[in-house]
Amino acid sequence: MFGKLTINAIPFNEPIIMLTGLVVAIMGLVIVGAVFYFKKWKWLWNEWITSVDHKKIGIMYIIVAIIMLFRGLADAILMRSHLALSAGSPHGYLPPHHYDQIFTAHGVIMIFFMAMPFMFGLLNLIVPLQIGARDVAFPFLNSLSFWLFVVGAVLVMLSMFVGEFAATGWLAYPPLSELAFSPGVGVDYYIWSLQISGLGTLLSGINFFVTIMKMRCPGMNLMKMPIFVWTALCSMILVIIAFPVLTVSLGMLALDRYLGMHFFTSDFGGNFMMYINLIWTWGHPEVYILVLPGFGIFSEIVATFSHKRLFGYTAMVWATFVITILSFIVWLHHFFTMGAGANVNGFFGIATMIIAVPTGVKIFNWLFTMYRGKIIFSVPMLWLLGFLVAFTFGGMTGVLMSVPAADFQLHNSLFLIAHFHNTIIGGVVFAYLAGFTYWFPKAFGFKLDEKLGKMSFWCWTIGFYLAFIPVYILGFMGMTRRLNHYDIASGWQPYLIVASIGTLIISLGVGFLVVQIIVSIMKRNQYRDKTGDPWNGRTLEWSIPSPPPFYNFAIIPKVTSRDAFWKTKQDMVNNNMQEKPHYEDIHMPKNTGVGFMIAAFSLVFCFSLVWHIIWLAIVGFVGMIACVIFRSFDNEIDYYVKADEVEKLEIEILNRNR
Amino acid sequence: MTNKLKFFISIGLVLFLSGCKLVIFDPKGSIAADEKDIIIISTLLMLIVVIPVIIMTFLFAWRYRASNKKATYMPEWAHSVKIEMVVWTIPLIIITILAIITWKSSHKLDPYKPLNVSGEPITIEVIALDWKWLFIYPDENIAVINYMQIPENRPINFKITADAPIWIPQLGGQIYAMPGMQSKLHLIAHEKGSYDGFSASFSGPGFSGMKFIAKVSSEKDFLNWVHLVGQSQDQLNILEYNKLAKPSENNIPQYYSDVENNLFKTVIAKYMMPVGGINKNMEKM
Repeated sequence: MFGKLTINAIPFNEPIIMLTGLVVAIMGLVIVGAVFYFKKWKWLWNEWITSVDHKKIGIMYIIVAIIMLFRGLADAILMRSHLALSAGSPHGYLPPHHYDQIFTAHGVIMIFFMAMPFMFGLLNLIVPLQIGARDVAFPFLNSLSFWLFVVGAVLVMLSMFVGEFAATGWLAYPPLSELAFSPGVGVDYYIWSLQISGLGTLLSGINFFVTIMKMRCPGMNLMKMPIFVWTALCSMILVIIAFPVLTVSLGMLALDRYLGMHFFTSDFGGNFMMYINLIWTWGHPEVYILVLPGFGIFSEIVATFSHKRLFGYTAMVWATFVITILSFIVWLHHFFTMGAGANVNGFFGIATMIIAVPTGVKIFNWLFTMYRGKIIFSVPMLWLLGFLVAFTFGGMTGVLMSVPAADFQLHNSLFLIAHFHNTIIGGVVFAYLAGFTYWFPKAFGFKLDEKLGKMSFWCWTIGFYLAFIPVYILGFMGMTRRLNHYDIASGWQPYLIVASIGTLIISLGVGFLVVQIIVSIMKRNQYRDKTGDPWNGRTLEWSIPSPPPFYNFAIIPKVTSRDAFWKTKQDMVNNNMQEKPHYEDIHMPKNTGVGFMIAAFSLVFCFSLVWHIIWLAIVGFVGMIACVIFRSFDNEIDYYVKADEVEKLEIEILNRNR
Repeated sequence: MTNKLKFFISIGLVLFLSGCKLVIFDPKGSIAADEKDIIIISTLLMLIVVIPVIIMTFLFAWRYRASNKKATYMPEWAHSVKIEMVVWTIPLIIITILAIITWKSSHKLDPYKPLNVSGEPITIEVIALDWKWLFIYPDENIAVINYMQIPENRPINFKITADAPIWIPQLGGQIYAMPGMQSKLHLIAHEKGSYDGFSASFSGPGFSGMKFIAKVSSEKDFLNWVHLVGQSQDQLNILEYNKLAKPSENNIPQYYSDVENNLFKTVIAKYMMPVGGINKNMEKM
């Protein structure tokens, strides 16, 4: 009846997990209770859960990303403190089986459920505004993508309390992830949470690709798009090409595990190296999927806070495109040690280091944007400076490892760990936090507290160097990744203790971020942005009120140059002309709960597949299909906001901000 | 599946002198020394760009701060052919030099390439087991668990299978060991000493305890050691091997005199033809 699911699936004997579970349960009850108490169910359903508004979906993405950041960070603290304590015997405080799940979960969560949703959150919030659109191309699909991603996150969280998570490392290399060596449900949780959230990601990728290609306002040709939109476009191209590969690889792994096939087993003709090739065909583009929008964010920030046009726009676009293409022909550098031979290794090594050229050009372009500018050192600009130093260094260690002969020494050592944390924290996380601070006033109508933001920045930066410079050194000392314990004689312990302190300082940075949000909400009247343009911005999102009305632009803008809003402001100074606006009816999508329903059924489907509850899986699958069919017969999907109503709303906003 | 040898692990034979910490910068063999040089040369080359970038970051940020009224402000200046030429060319030149180094070193330090040095090579067959290392010396007809001894200044030809990259920072880089496949590694040691070694790629619960000692000794001591192992009561036949292949953690060194003929090839063949039997083609390996 319940497949493999029994009461024993709950890890009663693991005090750390049970305590966490208790805290999560209490927090959940408090939230549900609060919603009941304030009678907010209807508001929650109508305004958020069924919303197809890209701004609200974006905000929800970022909220989930921040929640998952806490989970990933907790895992990091557990790992670092365990390693600091596990020299000699006793072997720290985490038994291998638990420790192995933690490092797997840390990687999976930080990439799939923290960085990805943070990126999609920022894309949702800003891309339509920057191209002068009223929503994305497929608003319903956008809602569906978000809820499918949430199901993935829920499955990962659920695995902690019901059953187990994969103990295989974040890419679940077979044969270890095959049934023979991982008979538990951990890898199944891994497969289905990534499959379902990956489906959401692919749909989002298509959605934003079409949005950017088809919904730009009149006059905005490709070479007039803000760089953030360009990088988003390239990132979405990578999503569309790379994510199906992930789906197929995990699908084949699932066939091995569920139907006894032999794609990746070590016997019966299976070849696990094929999985490793496939997963990195997705995995390498994935890091560019994350970092390209980060480059875009910094391109916007550096121009805005230097009060100057972005240097070398055309070079920037071409550099982005070159990176996009090259990212597909470098995957083998993740396993030079496979023994593919000198020619193959040499090719992939050189292809990899060529990426350093366009990336280097980007860095110089940001520098020369600052050159002869008028720089205001607000929080986003600090993140940019922190990024320039950290990312340049991380890039250098990356190029070093692209030399196969050097990689033979550094592969799978902690040097590698330090390198990718250097680029992902220094590049991706710094960028997203900068973007978060930069666009927060646009989303919510008030600025974030500067002082707390700066404190968060300094904790992150100092903590980052303290946490990862020792890890680089440990790599040179011959420490490999994923070790559970080590000998005292190795001399690693002092470095691991310093790294733990660094992790705690980063945690302090996350703490300041939360305090910053809370304080800013409390002081929101003081920090209110009444102009819609708090930073003296250059692109279209600053031309509308903060927060924007649900239809974004009362009148669709016409664009004649790059930095369209900057130009408008210049023109206004010169001519001082104020026409009376002429409003037209606005075509808007209706809210729908179908995306949420499909996702709910997909949760049932995936959960029952994890536990082999066949009948329930059928229920979930049929439910999903039925929802899709139901939606396809629904003709009530849009409506018009009348011109006089738009006028009324616009006057209301004007009065509010007077 | 009867065979417990599993997956791909990266065997890292991490050999380093106790007391000496930055093992990668303290090579004890010619391969490791070359790899160290490449790491240093590449880093220095890249620093040509990296250091100016970091200096420029701080310099520009400070010079063009809004409060500095003396600095030039040119809000519309966003293009300069000269600067663009320089920022494309310099990284391009450095990467070209680096690419040449990469191509040459990939060939020179290809782990599959036999070393071009004098001296009779010693063959060691390495089998990564759950979670221990089995070293077979086919010519000496001995086998050892979690311990290996090699004479200095003689090339070592490793043949590796099932299951992990093999990493010896002080002797040379890693190579994967994979079930049903054979990979090769050629190393040489120039200095005596005892080094620790372990697996570099995660392979399950017993991974952290998958370590061994590698001892580099004189030719004479090596021969004495071979003789000593040859005295062992234990013999490694198929029956004994199957017992050994069952998962176990934190194994201590163990000696076997006499090893089943072609054990190494049998282990590879097991994955190729799970139904049994050694293919004739295997003899060529």
